Amino acid sequence: MALVALWLIASAAAAEVEVRDFASASERERYRALIEELRCPQCQNQNLAASDAPIAQDLRAEVLRLLREGRSDGEIVDHLVARYGDFVRYRPAWQPSTYLLWIAPGLLLVIAGGVWLWVLRRQRRQGVELGAEQRAALDRLLDAERGDR
Amino acid sequence: MDRLKLFVPLIIFLVLAVVLYFGLGRDPRELPSALVDRPLPSFSLPSLREGAAVDESALRGKVRLLNVWGTWCVACRDEHPFLIELADRGIPIVGLNYKDDPRAARAWLQRLGDPYELVVVDADGRYGLELGVYGAPETYVVDADGVIRYRHVGVVDPAVWREHIEPVYRNWTARP
Amino acid sequence: MIPEYGHFALILAGCLSLVLGVVPLLGATFNRPLWMAAARPLALGHLVLVAVSFACLAAAFAGDDFSVAYVAANSNRLLPWYYKLSAVWGAHEGSLLLWVLVLSGWTAAVAVAGRKLPVQLIARVVAVMGLIALGFHLFLLLTSNPFARLLPIPPADGADLNPLLQDFGLIVHPPLLYMGYVGLSVPFAFAIAVLLAGRMDAAWARWMRPWTNVAWAFLTLGIALGSWWAYYELGWGGWWFWDPVENASFLPWLLGTALVHSLAVTEKRGLLRGWTLLLAIFAFSLSLLGTFLVRSGVLTSVHAFATDPTRGVFVLGFLGVVVGGSLLLYALRAPTLPATAGFGWRSREAWLLANNALLVVITCVILLGTLYPLLADVLAWGKISVGPPYFNSFFVPLTLALAALLGVGALLQWKDTAPRRLRGPLVLGLAVALASGGLLPLLWGEWHWGAALALAGASWIGALTLVDLWRKSTAGGRPWRGVRLLRAGYWGMVAAHLGVALAIAGAGVTETYSVERDLRMTPGESQALGGFEFHFAGVDEVFGPNYRSQRGEIHVTREGRAVVTLAPERRRYLGGQAMTEAGIDAGLTRDLYVVLGESLGAGAWAVRLHVKPGVRWIWLGGVLIALGGVVAICDRRYRVRIRTQAQVAPSAAVAEA
Repeated sequence: MALVALWLIASAAAAEVEVRDFASASERERYRALIEELRCPQCQNQNLAASDAPIAQDLRAEVLRLLREGRSDGEIVDHLVARYGDFVRYRPAWQPSTYLLWIAPGLLLVIAGGVWLWVLRRQRRQGVELGAEQRAALDRLLDAERGDR
Repeated sequence: MDRLKLFVPLIIFLVLAVVLYFGLGRDPRELPSALVDRPLPSFSLPSLREGAAVDESALRGKVRLLNVWGTWCVACRDEHPFLIELADRGIPIVGLNYKDDPRAARAWLQRLGDPYELVVVDADGRYGLELGVYGAPETYVVDADGVIRYRHVGVVDPAVWREHIEPVYRNWTARP
Repeated sequence: MIPEYGHFALILAGCLSLVLGVVPLLGATFNRPLWMAAARPLALGHLVLVAVSFACLAAAFAGDDFSVAYVAANSNRLLPWYYKLSAVWGAHEGSLLLWVLVLSGWTAAVAVAGRKLPVQLIARVVAVMGLIALGFHLFLLLTSNPFARLLPIPPADGADLNPLLQDFGLIVHPPLLYMGYVGLSVPFAFAIAVLLAGRMDAAWARWMRPWTNVAWAFLTLGIALGSWWAYYELGWGGWWFWDPVENASFLPWLLGTALVHSLAVTEKRGLLRGWTLLLAIFAFSLSLLGTFLVRSGVLTSVHAFATDPTRGVFVLGFLGVVVGGSLLLYALRAPTLPATAGFGWRSREAWLLANNALLVVITCVILLGTLYPLLADVLAWGKISVGPPYFNSFFVPLTLALAALLGVGALLQWKDTAPRRLRGPLVLGLAVALASGGLLPLLWGEWHWGAALALAGASWIGALTLVDLWRKSTAGGRPWRGVRLLRAGYWGMVAAHLGVALAIAGAGVTETYSVERDLRMTPGESQALGGFEFHFAGVDEVFGPNYRSQRGEIHVTREGRAVVTLAPERRRYLGGQAMTEAGIDAGLTRDLYVVLGESLGAGAWAVRLHVKPGVRWIWLGGVLIALGGVVAICDRRYRVRIRTQAQVAPSAAVAEA
C-alpha cells in the first residue's frame, strides 16, 4: 500500500511547461486538442497535456512529429491506439464495445420524455375521472337528501 | 402490477452491485498490450555488445522473452537476479535497452551479470513507442515466428513467472 | 496514550451507534416513549465520543506522534501547524473519521431540532442515521483504523504530506464536501422513517425540506470549491475533468437538485410522494457509491485515496445492505395510490417533473460514463477510457435543455397557467436570448457557437427570472413596490436560478475564449496575449517552511497601464517532491494565470501564460446557488408551521399509537 502511495505522490506533480515552435496557429490548436484527447497510458487518469510522466513527454513529441508529417487527427489517434490500445482514447471509438455507451444517453432521453408524457396524461385522466366520480357522489347525496324530505 | 414496478430500482441496483463486485477483482491500471497476436514491429537497431545492426529476425526461430530495461529503472535492478536465474534455466531472453546510455548499460551488465543472449539498444525510445512500452520493466513473450503472445508490465518475480508468463512460454514452445 | 484514548472512544462510539440504531427504532415500532426519547441523549453522546476520538487524532498530528502509522504517513516535523491539522483528513483513514464525525453531528442536530416533530418519526430518523454510523464505525475499526501504531520503533520523522495537499483547499474542501455528502443521509433517513411508518400523507415533505436544502447547499459549495482548488493547484488552468472522483461528488448533487425540486411539489401539492422518497434514497445511495468508488481502487483517478480492494468489498457489502435494504423497503411500502392531481402541461408541477426527468437522465449518463470502463473490463470487452469528450458531448446539450426549462419554470403557476400570462415574458426572453447569443460573444473575440449558446441560455434564465420578479413585486399596480413582501422561499429560488445562469455563462465564455501560450522567456522580454502584455522580470530563490522555491516575477500591463505583478513558483519540498504554484490574478471578468516551467539555460525560462475570461463566474454561480438554497429555508412557513406542529405533535403521537 505504501508503494501505491509513493506512486501517487510521484505522478501528482503538476503539468510541465513545454516550449515548442509551431508553424501556424492551426498547428498549435490541433496539437493542443490532440494532447487533451489522448490519455497517458501510465498515469492516474491524466491526458497527455497534463502529465509529466516520461511516456507522456514521449507521446507528446510523437503526436507533434506525426502532425508535422501531415497526418490527420484521426490518423494520429489511430496510430497511437494501434500501439497502446483503446485505453489512450478519451473519446471512445464507435465500435461494438461502445455501442451501449453512445446510444444510451439518447435512449434515456427518449424514455424519460415518454414517461413524462405518460405521467402527465395519466394524472389528467384521473383528475377528470375523479372529478366525474365526485360529481356523481354529490348527485347521489343530493338525491338521498331529497328522498329523505 | 403497480407494486411490481416499484421493484425496478432494486433490480437495477442489484445488477450494478454485481458489476461492482466483479470489478473489485479487476485491476484498472493493468494495460494489456495492443500488439498481442501481432508480429513484432520491424526494427534495425544496434546491438549493445557488438555494435552491429540487428533486426527483428533475431527473435525468430524459438520462443523468447523480450525484456525492456534501463539502468535508470530501479525495479529493473530488482528483477535482474531472477532474470539471470531464468537464463540459467535455459530460457532465452533478449534485452531491449530502453532510453539508456549504452556505456552505462554495459557496465551495469558487467557488474550485475548478463542474462541476455542479445541486447538491442533503443537509445531514443522510438522503438519502445512502436511496441507500446509505457514504463520499464516490461517483458514480452515472442514466439518462434516473431509474433508477440503476451506482455507483462512490472517486475518479473518467481510468482509472476509461474502464474502468468511461464504458461504462455510453455504453450508456445510446445507448438511445432 | 492519547491515540489509545482515541481508539477507545471510537470503539465506545461504535457501541453507542449500535444502541442508537436499534433502541429508538424498536421504540417506534412497539410504541415505547422512553425508548424513543433515548434517541436524543444517545445521539449527543455519540457525537461527543466521536469528537473526542477525532480530537485525539488531531492531537497526535499536532504533537508529531509518529508512532501512529497514519500520522507518520501523512505528516512531518516541519509541516506548518494548519496543515498538520488538516492532514487529519488528508488520507483514507482520517477522512473516514471525518465522515463519521460529520455524520454524528448531523444526527445530533436532527435529534435536537426534531424535538418539535412527531416523536415516532424522529426516533426512526435518528435510528437510521445511527445504523449508518454503525456501518462506518465497523469499516473504521475493522479495516481502516487511524490509530494503528508503528511499534516498537517509530520513525524519527514522517513522510511529508503530499505537496498538492499542502494548501488552503485541503483545509476547507473535504469538510464542506462531507457536510453535503453526509447531510444527504438526513433526507434518506426521513424517507426510510416515512416508509417504515407507512404514512400516506405528505406532511413529511415540509419537515424534510430544510435539511435537504442545507445539505445540498453544502454539497454545492464543496463541489465549487473542489473545482476552484483543482484549477489553481494543478497548473493547467482546467476546472473540471470528469474524473471519477469528481463525478462521484457531482452525481449526488444532481439527484439532490432533483430532490429539492421534487420536494417542492410534494410539499405544496402532495404529489409525487413515492418519487420523492425514491430520490431521497438514491441521492444518498450515490453518496455511498461515491465513497465506494473513491476508496476501493476500481477506478483510477488522481484524486483517489490509496487503498485496496479488500476495503472495497466491505464498502460494497455496506452499500448492498443500505441501498438494497432501502430499495426493498421502498418496493414493499411506497404509496401506490396516486394522489388526486389534476394539472395541465402548462403548470409548475409538469415542468418540475420535466426538470426531474432531465436531471435523472444527466445523472444516468454521467454514471454510465464513469462506470463504463469498469463494465467493459468485467465483460472482457477490453480496457476503454471515457473522458471529457464523451461527457461534454452529452452534458452540454442536456444542460442547455435544462436552462431552457428553468427559465420558463418560475413563470408557471400550480395546476395551470393562462397562455396570455406566458406569451409576453416568453417573447421577451427569446428576444433577449437571441440578442445576447448573437452579440455578447463578440465582446471577447470572434463569434462562436459554444459561447453564443451558453450566453443565450444564461440570459434566457436571467431575463425570465427578472420578469417574474418584476411581476410578483408589482403591488397595487406599482412595480417593485411589493419587493419586501416577497418570501424567502422565492428569493432563494431567484438567487439559485441566477447562480445557474452565471455558471453556464462562465463555463461557455471560458471554454471558448481562454487563450494560452507556452513560451521561452528571458528577463526583460515581453509577450502580448489576450489583450495584455506580460513582462518577464526574472527568477529569485526563496525559502518556505518546508520547501525551497524558485519564484518568477511577471508584470502584467494592459495598454501600457500596470495591472498586476504575478509570482509563479517552482517548489521543491523536503521529501523531494516538486510542485508548481501558479501565479494567478483573480478578476471578476477574467483570470490571468501564469506557470513557471524549467530553466532553459542562459537565463531563459519556460513560461506558460493564460488569459481566462469569465472563469470566476462558474464558482460565483456555485456560491449563489448554495446561498439560494439556504435562503429558501429561512422562509417563515418552516418556522411557523413547526411551532404549530409542536402543539399538534403530542396528540398526533397519541393518535398514531
